[in-house]
Amino acid sequence: MALRQAAIYGKGGIGKSTTTQNLVAALAEAGKKVMIVGCDPKADSTRLILHSKAQNTIMQMAADAGSVEDLELEDVLKKGYGDIACVESGGPEPGVGCAGRGVITAINFLEEEGAYEEDLDFVFYDVLGDVVCGGFAMPIRENKAQEIYIVCSGEMMAMYAANNIAKGIVKYANSGGVRLAGLICNSRNTAREDELIIELARQLGTQMIHFVPRDNVVQRAEIRRMTVIEYDPKAKQADEYRALAKKIIENQMFVIPTPISMDALEDLLMEFGLMDEEDESIIGKTAEAEGVAATA
Amino acid sequence: MSQAVENIKPSYPLFRDEDYKASLKNKQDMFEERHSPEKVREIFEWTTSQEYQDLNFQREALTINPAKACQPLGSVLCALGFEKTLPYVHGSQGCVAYFRTYFNRHFKEPVACVSDSMTEDAAVFGGQKNMFDGLENAKALYKPEMIAVSTTCMAEVIGDDLNAFIGNAKKEGHVPEEFPTPFAHTPSFVGSHTTGWDNMFEGMQRYFTLNHMDDKVVGSNGKINLVAGFETYLGNFRVLRRMMEEMGVPHSLLSDPSEVLDTPADGQYRMYEGGTTQDEMKDAPNAIDTLLLQPWQLVKTKKFVKDTWNQPGTELSIPIGLKATDEFLMAVSRLTGKEVPASLEKERGRLVDMMTDSHAWLHGKKFGLYGDADFVMGMTAFLLELGAEPTHILCNHANKRWKKAMDAMLEGSPYGANCEVHIGKDLWHFRSLMFTNKPDFMIGNSYGKFIQRDTLAKGKEFEVPLIRIGFPIFDRHHLHRMTTWGYEGAMYILTTLVNAVLERLDEETRGMGTTDYNHDLVR
Repeated sequence: MALRQAAIYGKGGIGKSTTTQNLVAALAEAGKKVMIVGCDPKADSTRLILHSKAQNTIMQMAADAGSVEDLELEDVLKKGYGDIACVESGGPEPGVGCAGRGVITAINFLEEEGAYEEDLDFVFYDVLGDVVCGGFAMPIRENKAQEIYIVCSGEMMAMYAANNIAKGIVKYANSGGVRLAGLICNSRNTAREDELIIELARQLGTQMIHFVPRDNVVQRAEIRRMTVIEYDPKAKQADEYRALAKKIIENQMFVIPTPISMDALEDLLMEFGLMDEEDESIIGKTAEAEGVAATA
Repeated sequence: MSQAVENIKPSYPLFRDEDYKASLKNKQDMFEERHSPEKVREIFEWTTSQEYQDLNFQREALTINPAKACQPLGSVLCALGFEKTLPYVHGSQGCVAYFRTYFNRHFKEPVACVSDSMTEDAAVFGGQKNMFDGLENAKALYKPEMIAVSTTCMAEVIGDDLNAFIGNAKKEGHVPEEFPTPFAHTPSFVGSHTTGWDNMFEGMQRYFTLNHMDDKVVGSNGKINLVAGFETYLGNFRVLRRMMEEMGVPHSLLSDPSEVLDTPADGQYRMYEGGTTQDEMKDAPNAIDTLLLQPWQLVKTKKFVKDTWNQPGTELSIPIGLKATDEFLMAVSRLTGKEVPASLEKERGRLVDMMTDSHAWLHGKKFGLYGDADFVMGMTAFLLELGAEPTHILCNHANKRWKKAMDAMLEGSPYGANCEVHIGKDLWHFRSLMFTNKPDFMIGNSYGKFIQRDTLAKGKEFEVPLIRIGFPIFDRHHLHRMTTWGYEGAMYILTTLVNAVLERLDEETRGMGTTDYNHDLVR
């Protein structure tokens, strides 16, 4: 099969890296050849596959060696569970430098060194929370990731983020081949979460490709720096990731998303009880003023 | 003060007048808090010592004149080599002013090149709007038939996507869909000017041929493509054409700026002149082969020639000197079946004759050498052919493979035995070497003149004269029009070298009654 490249986006802390690694482990288990490219300065996109604290990153090794040109592919590309190829772009400490440029440099390096020329079925880019600058859009430029999955949950901020990411995709979709391929709901056990995300997906013009229920086995595996697939292949949760992997293999629904307005998003949240109707009369009133009004 | 209308003096010799000398001394004494001349001298002498050199070579965090320029400079030169093409740099204005003045000073010609003037807001919001307006305005104002886009650091750091931006500009009608807009990402903080040339040329290859390969047949147009790379001796483009014409070989010079950078003063300004046509570029995959004449800098170009154009990409060295020119001509002959004609054989014979005539003066002369990877390699090969001894060779932007190849070449000749090759080092390192292990001459661009001044300051017997061959040459006129490639180019280099040797000898032997026993009329 032809190489498919996918990027995973979503609000920070939503579980992108965990979901990606479990999904990729399931793909590897199904016999697919996969590479993960971590595009986050935290460099935690491959630890469950490699059983390591944090992989040596391209940018760190480049800084040590003097320049990127001094690196060899085998220095930065490590094989882990299921022969999954792992790379971390890395980047600066918080508060200094430019992490976005790190992503660009790292992906250029991988291309020039022929990392994509190997016999691969899938490449997954695990990208930092928001598409905050051009660098973090690097994975969805022309000839790179063509399909994007957004990890979200039935929480207000996660859905805001998903909608914002959809806006970003529209920009690139108009000039290139990148498409939204679905929302992955990583459950937080909120009420009517599946219905909510299905409805959000419908309004964005896409699908909820899978609902991943919450299960403590994920955390237990993570403490051991493992995916559920590897730690406890018989766990029910492992089957969930297998189901997600299967749906992604068979996925045909690639769309240019139709992001919704803030009002529409708020309406949706109100409909599902995640947000209260706005009360115009209380805006700008201090507690004191409200107290006076209440006693009057 | 002492200027008179009838006799206006420039700074030299004006500042040598007594009143200026007094004024300057006054300023130094009162305001500059200078160290004593003895202390300055002491430190200067220390910087010429072996001890200082050892410290200098341990330097980690500072580069002092790396003898290279940045990527977009190269991409602009590449773009200038195409017919009616406007180089366009997506990024800040100052960068483009730098590229233009750099070329102005070398070529003594105006250089057309635009920027889309990204400022603070573009750095925050991305430069797409600048691209929209820039492309539309540049096309309307300067009426090019192609705009070749490259980038500066700023656009690269914020991650602007040229492919998307240019695509969107066309979609929104700022420039027509069919208007040629090849592009290349050219971050200045990666590689050097030669990397930028290579990237831009690959951008041209992509734009004009990548999606049109189906009807292409290698060899069907019977031509040889020649790619010169980042080359600033305009005579080299002309000599390539002449040699191909004398051989009767149909050819395309892909990127040829020799007209636009050498326009006549006939009262008419030409923003565009000559250059490779779009049709030639589109037709390039039909050629028998594409010969890359500066292979160490044309890495991406070569990959494209081999993988996409499916041409052999015959291995060659830069055609400097006798053997490299022989190999170039024989490769063309092999590929095309055309004989090397008598006229070129005669030219070769003349070069060999010149080499033997001057041999006595060049044999064993020691040379320090710095510059671009391919130039330095070709120059080294020619020096060895002449029996001259390269002693220090420095190339900042070359890689370890290049150094290995250089070492192998030097090992293959008795004249290369005492030579050290330095990569990743700069001209301040080179300066140390000129003091501690003095060659007879150094060969390089204009920046070497400061090293010559410093060596002279130590004493006349320590002076290392600079022979100007390379890029940029800002302080001598018209050398960019010369030829350094082919037999003709070897003749120019040989003439330059041997006359520098003789000039120096005259200088040393014109002491009346002291050294002039050797101040000969005939050399």
